[in-house]
Amino acid sequence: MKRRSTFLMTVLGFGFAFLYIPILSMIVFSFNSSRLATVWGGFSTKWYASLFSNQKVIDALLLSLKIALVSSTIATILGTMAGIALARFTKFRGRVVFSGLVTAPLIMPEVITGISSLIFFIMLADWVGWPGARGFTTITLAHITFSMVFVSTIVNARMVQSDRAIEEAAMDLGSKPWQVLFDITLPVISPAILSGWLLAFTISLDDVVITSFTTGPGSTTLPLLIWSKVKLGVTPDINALATLMVLTVGAGVVAAGVIMFRAERRRLADERLAYRNND
Amino acid sequence: MEEPFLRIEGVSKSFGAFQAVKDVNLAVGKGEIFALLGGSGCGKTTLLRMLAGFEEPTAGKIFLDGRDMAGVPPWERPIHMMFQSYAIFPHMTVEANVGYGLKHEAGLTKAGRAARVAEMLDLVQLKPFAKRRPHQISGGQRQRVALARALARQPKLLLLDEPLAALDKKLREHTQFELMSIQERTGVTFIVVTHDQEEAMTLADRIAVMDRGEVKQVGSPTEIYEFPNSKFVAGFIGSVNSFDATVVDREGPNLRLSVPGLGGAVIARDVPGAVAGQKVSLAVRPEKIQLGKERPTSPNSFQGHVKDLAYFGKDSLYRVALGDALVQAHAVNARRGDGGARIVDWDDEVWLSFEPSSAIVLVS
Amino acid sequence: MSAGRFSRWFDRKGWAGLIIGAPYVWLLVFFFLPFLIVLSISLSTNTPTAPPFSFGGEHPVINPSAYVRILTDSLYVRAFLTSLFNAGVAALLCLLVGYPMALGLTRVSTTWRNVFLMLVILPFWTSFLLRVYAWMGLMGKNSWFNGLLTDAWNILVPMDWAVKSVPMMHSNFAVVLVMVYTYLPFMILPLYASLERLDPVLDEAAMDLGSRPAQVFRDVTLPQSVPGIIAGGMLVFIPAAGELVIPTLVGNASQPMIGRLISDEFGQARDWPMASAIAVALLVLMVVPTMLYSHFQAKAEGSK
Ligand SMILES: Nc1ncnc2c1ncn2[C@@H]1O[C@H](COP(=O)(O)OP(=O)(O)O)[C@@H](O)[C@H]1O
Ligand SMILES: [Mg+2]
Repeated sequence: MKRRSTFLMTVLGFGFAFLYIPILSMIVFSFNSSRLATVWGGFSTKWYASLFSNQKVIDALLLSLKIALVSSTIATILGTMAGIALARFTKFRGRVVFSGLVTAPLIMPEVITGISSLIFFIMLADWVGWPGARGFTTITLAHITFSMVFVSTIVNARMVQSDRAIEEAAMDLGSKPWQVLFDITLPVISPAILSGWLLAFTISLDDVVITSFTTGPGSTTLPLLIWSKVKLGVTPDINALATLMVLTVGAGVVAAGVIMFRAERRRLADERLAYRNND
Repeated sequence: MEEPFLRIEGVSKSFGAFQAVKDVNLAVGKGEIFALLGGSGCGKTTLLRMLAGFEEPTAGKIFLDGRDMAGVPPWERPIHMMFQSYAIFPHMTVEANVGYGLKHEAGLTKAGRAARVAEMLDLVQLKPFAKRRPHQISGGQRQRVALARALARQPKLLLLDEPLAALDKKLREHTQFELMSIQERTGVTFIVVTHDQEEAMTLADRIAVMDRGEVKQVGSPTEIYEFPNSKFVAGFIGSVNSFDATVVDREGPNLRLSVPGLGGAVIARDVPGAVAGQKVSLAVRPEKIQLGKERPTSPNSFQGHVKDLAYFGKDSLYRVALGDALVQAHAVNARRGDGGARIVDWDDEVWLSFEPSSAIVLVS
Repeated sequence: MSAGRFSRWFDRKGWAGLIIGAPYVWLLVFFFLPFLIVLSISLSTNTPTAPPFSFGGEHPVINPSAYVRILTDSLYVRAFLTSLFNAGVAALLCLLVGYPMALGLTRVSTTWRNVFLMLVILPFWTSFLLRVYAWMGLMGKNSWFNGLLTDAWNILVPMDWAVKSVPMMHSNFAVVLVMVYTYLPFMILPLYASLERLDPVLDEAAMDLGSRPAQVFRDVTLPQSVPGIIAGGMLVFIPAAGELVIPTLVGNASQPMIGRLISDEFGQARDWPMASAIAVALLVLMVVPTMLYSHFQAKAEGSK
């Protein structure tokens, strides 16, 4: 039965046009020689050149990468623990509070998280003298906190799907629960942990609001740099920067997607083969 | 010839290069229970879906009550289906499920609808469960919701796709008879798809046996069982001993065959189209074979020894070595020997015999 | 405690305590405690003379004056209403665009489905800030997009109404448009997830019972996708209502949204109690109901 409706396909087409035309326009205008960012004045790559010679941009990028790397790694460890805890330990004191704590940052407006983190760091410095200055450390701590819950959501979803019997089988064969965790559970959920890490990395790399609250003098991440520039209006070098970021991420996501798709197809083909050989 | 109630004429269905249904011709009479019997993947569901209107035939035509169904969408066909998975709407109560199709019946008042729903729930004995949700009832009850829902629309033709396959054995046997009685009371024509030959034999007035998209034979359960027209049908319905044979000549109303596997000649029931010298198959059902210690008088008698026996209580299955062949014989355990010993036991020499009327010659 | 007893304790209970405890403590310290501090500050007195980034007010005390102002000062009431309105319209538009898109995704072949899904997710991985920025370029007076809209407008309306360019930037319209643009994937993905789970046989069953495709949608598809609609709606509505970046960049400064207000009260007015009180109010108004809803939803699911 054909269930493809012209209406749905038309909306799908317009929807994707809506999602991609602004990005494509930005890419096109990054090659615009005119200083007016939205009026075409001929082809040029000069904004890319000026970008690469801009030490501020490069410093900001490096700081962003450093924060993203550290925060996503710690967030992945903590988030994985939380995801496993929620999926496997159905009864412990304070579970309701815990599951609330793990979901709240997901839907919390960023302004609230940002402002409460900032006030917390200021008060903490007041009480215990730490953190002395805001910057790398405070940004990283805040990023860990709000990105770990994304990891735990992904890990939890994967854990709920996975077959508990294999863990019980391992215990039945003499493994202690924490050995089962390392020998069985973690390997099985490793793809989810990897996607969690990637997500945490991207969120950290992309964050403006929470970073803008928890940063201090001298610590400018790339989004903060862009933020301060775009507040003043549209400029062509931001177009160039945007193009580079979009193309890098786009290439990464497409490559990951293709690899996953291939692996999935191979798995299906293998299964079919195995099935046929059994006949 | 009078136009049958449902006529399927040369219907084929291809998915890409794969032909799921091949040139099916069937005629089903009004009020019949008609079974489509075949192994899984042989195209039964596809044929039903063409009747319900979910697939258009690649070739051929379907007539219901003389009306060509080509191009008629599912929602306008007076044909309803009980889906293999039951397809109960999970977000509606039992009652709402049963009443769903009645929303589309113009001229039916709210009260009329409620009355019809009540009547249907009564019919399938689900009255007490009217307000339940689908996940709060058992598999057997869900099956009856699906039945009531389809019957509520008072279809001309009801299609049942493996209606009992999801039920356990006890419930299945009970439900078979319930289905038959419901069909009798409502008078609706049923087409039942099944892969279970016993189910088809119990339920159906007539059976079409399908294999790889083709209909191999159509007939009453007796015809299909006693007079299969091919090796496939004989083997698919019940079990059978089958031997290669050559037609020698005719002997009165019977055929004389030479059967090397049995080491001699066999007198078998004549079939049209058999000619001397033709290679055919001889099929004999295990329960048609008599087994004894003394030599019988039947023309088809052979001696062998018991290789194997399986005791089921009321009957036993014997496997008897006869030359190179192993012959299965099924015998009712009517008596026991002195002191309760078995009359026929392992390694006993026995005589096997069968009537010419039980020896089926299969040309294809 | 001897080593043996320790290891026995660890095998039975300790390891579980560690797995639960580490993230629990982390979230208590870095997420929950900050909140309690915000709550306490929202009830404290204000010292406008304090230097930036330090708090001079009295606390803990119970001083509800900030909350009283939220309820009485029209600036705050209007900001709340503007936020709820913009976020509500954005969520509704996302639903209207996202629903047919998600449904369309379930109707294409698996290969295309994977490609399309990737296209839906892709913008989500690229910078949020830059996606907002892309619209700043498009909506600006001199852009080709604005030019197209201007031409279309001038052709369609009488001469007297003709404009040089369509004033899109710095308006609620711009805020809603960019919100729809940036949050659309958050609507499509949960909708797709709930639509994809539906058994197509149910559609066929409804058709078999006499429903035309539009009725099948109304009776079978739509009711079963309600959880997806609610999930998508919350994922769009809540962050949109608290949005700071979009209104700052494309919004109307004279009609601030709550996010902007919190940031301004804190940074410019240095009124910590007020900023905190607005944050708490936003939380009580939206986040708490959402969490209660999903808690009871999960319970209802569990009892099935
Ligand atoms: N929509 C379809 N596309 C491709 N192949 C199909 C489709 N529907 C059924 N088939 C194939 O047609 C054959 C018959 O299927 P079906 O009618 O479901 O068999 P069954 O007799 O078990 O009900 C199977 O091999 C199946 O794989
Ligand atoms: Mg089938």
